[in-house]
Amino acid sequence: MHRAVPFAITFVTACVLICAALVPPVESIREEFTLFFDILAAFAFLLGGASLLGQHAAKIHRQAKGWAYSAVCLVSFLTTLVLGLLKTGGEGGLGGSVTGEGTVLAWIYEYVLGPCGATIMSLLAFYVASASFRAFRVRTVEATVMLVTAFVVLVGRTFLGGLISAWLPPSLEWLGIANGVQWIMSVPITAGNRAIMIGVALGIISTSLKVMLGIDRTYLGEDA
Amino acid sequence: MTRRLAIAIFALTLLLLALIRASTGAMSNPFADEQALGVWVSAALTLCMLSFLYGDNPFFKFAENVFVGVSAACWMVMAFWRALVPNLLGNLAPEVPVALFGMDLPLDVGVGRRLLYVVPLLLGLMLLTRFHPRGRAISAWALAFIIGTTAGLRFVTYLGSDFLAQIHNTIQPLVVLRDGAFDARATLSVVVLTAGVLCAMAYFYFSREQKGLLGAASRVGIWILMITFGASFGYTVMGRVALLVARMEFLLRDWLGFL
Repeated sequence: MHRAVPFAITFVTACVLICAALVPPVESIREEFTLFFDILAAFAFLLGGASLLGQHAAKIHRQAKGWAYSAVCLVSFLTTLVLGLLKTGGEGGLGGSVTGEGTVLAWIYEYVLGPCGATIMSLLAFYVASASFRAFRVRTVEATVMLVTAFVVLVGRTFLGGLISAWLPPSLEWLGIANGVQWIMSVPITAGNRAIMIGVALGIISTSLKVMLGIDRTYLGEDA
Repeated sequence: MTRRLAIAIFALTLLLLALIRASTGAMSNPFADEQALGVWVSAALTLCMLSFLYGDNPFFKFAENVFVGVSAACWMVMAFWRALVPNLLGNLAPEVPVALFGMDLPLDVGVGRRLLYVVPLLLGLMLLTRFHPRGRAISAWALAFIIGTTAGLRFVTYLGSDFLAQIHNTIQPLVVLRDGAFDARATLSVVVLTAGVLCAMAYFYFSREQKGLLGAASRVGIWILMITFGASFGYTVMGRVALLVARMEFLLRDWLGFL
């Protein structure tokens, strides 16, 4: 029973959605199911938040190593949660927009969440540079092709590309680095991306079929 | 060691600049208004995050935990106000959010639709039973719905927009004529594109040993894929450096008042 029902739900849901794509009169089912999915995702966020609360609260209770950071995490979590749920600072009270002008959540998004996310991403600039250095040390033909392409694209997409090709006469402009990069982007890179996309699509289609037919049961905590 | 020294010099220079700018009144008072406070909070968190370049340290851990807590809460709040209230309550019992929160929602929801939305409510509650050790079997029902929906939606989307559309775009005439005349450059591009797709796909074909014609095509495919990864790598570097420049611009212009 505890295996049959989830299999049945998965199979029927997936079949209904595939049929809905093929039969236009029942196409609206897709929209309803997408809404159901969004609602379940919202419940999953509640689950995640509660899990975060439980884990960090337990760490503080045990006074485990680094418990002070757990306290920082919990305080920022609870403060944002309460202020966000109450739509503090916004116009229209609880009926207004949750991220409307003047709300604390919009302030947190602009001055805490956005800068932190952008800075973490920008840190990768340093690590990407060291990764490329290590890749270049491998000295294989493939690694060299990859790095030369990266370098050409970087140069071609900045003002340097224009400067380097500025001396070319109009009749040979097509040999310029900017045009070369444009050709690389629209021909070999499109070819590579297309092959990857076809491969990914085949992988997703086969995984979907395996899940639908109950061949892949890993999502229920069982071995495939 | 050199890296650490460079970062320490950078941090000290920034601190010195901040002290000089603050003493001359060039920087805004953090308590002047909410925007000024935001700039100071944002600058402090940016510096804490950047301190990771020096190695894992308490400042970075502090900022990291603030980020985790705030982002988890933000997503929960968004999920509550943008999915649960309008989509679930708005269909199940729209009178409740209208009366409680004064929200602008349509009240003319039919009985059939109200009953239909009992299904996601029950599935959502089933998902929450995961907290209880004996509720895992029940929560699997909701998980099965999520997996089934994902499988059904992805199957159709990827079959249409990725698999078939990409094959359709690849099958083009290999000889290009422009105004009745043979266009060598366009022809070369189409031939390279088509051969590139086939060779790159040959690399992913593992059902036969890759030797002979298949092996040669596979080797060309690796080159095509490496060119693709190289371009992605270049764009990633450009994106990350642009983000870094934006953060530096924020620190120097918005916070310190230079530029």
